[in-house]
Amino acid sequence: MSCCAPGAELCLHQVQNLNDEILLASRMVEDGLRQTDLSVPDIHCGACLQRIEAALSGLDRVVRARANLSTRRVAVVWRGDVPPQFMAALEALGYRAHLHDADAAGKDAVLSELLRALAVAGFAATNIMLLSASVWAGAEPPTRDLFHWISALIALPTLAYSGQFFFRSAWRSLKHGQTNMDVPISIGVLLTFGMSLYETLHHGPYAYFDAAVSLLFFLLVGRTLDHVMRERARQAVSGLARLAARGALVLQPDGTQTYVAMDEIEPGMTILLAAGERVPVNARVIKGTSELDHSFVSGESVPVQAKAGTELEAGILNLTGPLTIVATRTAANSFLADIMRMTEAAERGRASYRRIADRAARLYAPAVHALASLAFVGWMMVSGDPHRAITIAIAVLIITCPCALGLAVPMVHVVAAGRLFELGIMPKDGGALERLAEVDTAVFDKTGTLTLGRSQPTITGDTGADMLALAATIAMQSYHPYSQALATLGDPFRRVDLDAVAEHPGKGLEAHCGANVYRLGRPDWAIAGGRCRKGDQEATVAFAINGKGQTYFTFNDAMRDGAQKAVAELTKSGISAEILSGDKDCRVQDIAQQLGLPWISEAGPAEKIAHVSTLRQAGRKVLMVGDGLNDAPALTAANVSIAPASASDVGRNVADFVFLRDSLEAIPRAVEISRAAQSLVQQNFALAVIYNIVAVPFALLGLVTPIFAAIAMSLSSITVVANSLRLNSRLMRPGAPRSAPVSKATIAFGAGQ
Amino acid sequence: MIDFFFLVPIAIGLGLAGLASFMWTLKNGQYDDLEGAAQRILLEGNEGPDY
Repeated sequence: MSCCAPGAELCLHQVQNLNDEILLASRMVEDGLRQTDLSVPDIHCGACLQRIEAALSGLDRVVRARANLSTRRVAVVWRGDVPPQFMAALEALGYRAHLHDADAAGKDAVLSELLRALAVAGFAATNIMLLSASVWAGAEPPTRDLFHWISALIALPTLAYSGQFFFRSAWRSLKHGQTNMDVPISIGVLLTFGMSLYETLHHGPYAYFDAAVSLLFFLLVGRTLDHVMRERARQAVSGLARLAARGALVLQPDGTQTYVAMDEIEPGMTILLAAGERVPVNARVIKGTSELDHSFVSGESVPVQAKAGTELEAGILNLTGPLTIVATRTAANSFLADIMRMTEAAERGRASYRRIADRAARLYAPAVHALASLAFVGWMMVSGDPHRAITIAIAVLIITCPCALGLAVPMVHVVAAGRLFELGIMPKDGGALERLAEVDTAVFDKTGTLTLGRSQPTITGDTGADMLALAATIAMQSYHPYSQALATLGDPFRRVDLDAVAEHPGKGLEAHCGANVYRLGRPDWAIAGGRCRKGDQEATVAFAINGKGQTYFTFNDAMRDGAQKAVAELTKSGISAEILSGDKDCRVQDIAQQLGLPWISEAGPAEKIAHVSTLRQAGRKVLMVGDGLNDAPALTAANVSIAPASASDVGRNVADFVFLRDSLEAIPRAVEISRAAQSLVQQNFALAVIYNIVAVPFALLGLVTPIFAAIAMSLSSITVVANSLRLNSRLMRPGAPRSAPVSKATIAFGAGQ
Repeated sequence: MIDFFFLVPIAIGLGLAGLASFMWTLKNGQYDDLEGAAQRILLEGNEGPDY
């Protein structure tokens, strides 16, 4: 668990760990000053900004604190070597804060570059257009020449500065012997500029500087939107709590304890692992007993016992008791690293996907260039005038230049991403939306995905409110998932005073109150005589007073909200779903039968990849939904993947979509939106093609003047943008399956269904 | 016509001034927190961006 574990009964060395962790995650800004970036997801209004800034600035040694409402972050600049207690200060105000890595917190350099290029192109386009307008209005030849010269002077630096994104990308693509959309764009823009310059030098009547520059401007708008969308998702995802350890508390041979960063842990080092911490590297237990949560590592939902000699894999969560462990491998060779390697290997398989725009470019670029050459050859033969032939060939390039095509995809994707954001779903990039629209098979992990990874008790025996409050008060003292589930049962205003509560790892909790002894734990330990009520020992907890069993809690996996509905909707939209879990067969079967899905159980990371690859080889388009470390390679191997916000860091990083709310209904919503987006993208392409079919004959006949080109280009771009904006109304049409934002949908369910 | 040519450099100059001021706002971090900026005008005791 991270720095802000619930309960907040941090023992002394955990506070020390937290300070070291903050130090590791901060960066030097100027002499003696360090900056720490915190992600505070609960910032939601101006008053929050003020409260946070006032509270943090009031702390000792804090130089300044600045909260950001858009990114939900706080930057704290402080002095000295020991971090001020800003986490505690935020906690006291009621805000949960997560540490942000120093390297991830840098400003988005590409966005500023794109915005600068966009600003330059916008300035140039408007000024050249103003000059062109006076030329079109019929300026005298000397004035026209002067205006052409001024336009050329503005256009040249603009092409060099704003055009570099396209030129660079086109060059990279050509070097690898491929074409993308940037190749025809670059060729078109450069030839247009070259021809206009030639016309200007020879006092020609027509120059297309405005076309070249406004083309760049429109295309940069598309490019910037695309980038903004991806960046927003990346920030939202990186703002989530970090689940992997940054380091570990190492017991040195001389008896001192130091906090050592992850990469510096060597095999043979002795590590002190407190309850509630994750195992940093593969290790063996040498002292202590506890219970372990394997749910991220293997998908097992029921905690497992640990005692001296147990081998641990990195990423396992230590639940109940402190353990002393010896590292057996370095971080670079740990289970986590194995998973990363498998993920990278699977990544290579995915690289074969080509974005729609690139596929279109593959057809488009040769077609356009062939048409332009044809126009040149044709006019050479008809008129024998090379100047006229070149002018017409370039007019063809200008008219077909994929201005509308450059906007066709990003515009729709930005609108779709806006809808997804509202629903708490973060798409990592536009390609993911395209891949999601094609999906026909959905593979679900169980633990943490279909289920919440939290257990829900069924209560038998004495279910009186007093008894539950007592059990809940005792359960609050433990990190064990069963205890945490029980802790939420009691009435929060009905707390019972207890003299002492002790946790017996592997057994349960024992509390004393006066002469009474309460035990909450395994039935054979809690109840005198060791009687078991049911065969299912590991999933039952008994609450006993003085050895007499009072209440029994049987734990089942709690299904995520909307799991039933999500599966039903996916099936209705033609997607076949199945379960692929690493958990024990009986527990997977239980969930699978409730949902009516086929299942595969006890699958390790390698089997998961194998299964997904088999499906893909059979021609299926696979959507993988999973959260654990063990799912990460399969998430990458699938055509497209979705992870919940509660997923492991690796899982979240490799998934194409991350959904931030608890409900699984996010998945059918995402599929629905991506399919609507896909059909709009196709319409946009169709519009662009129709526009070309209409305009190209004019260009071939030599009827295109600069004013014609300018009008045609703006008109086609506006059509495509307007069509993209229809996505919202499309998804909101009454006939369409429920697509209103979650809050409205809930009201509708309550009233109607 | 030629009498009005002095307007051309003025027009371009104004455009450049606009461009330069946009660049300055970008560099100054004024677009880092658009939602927050809208809220901050309602808060007292805040003397503009501090970095």
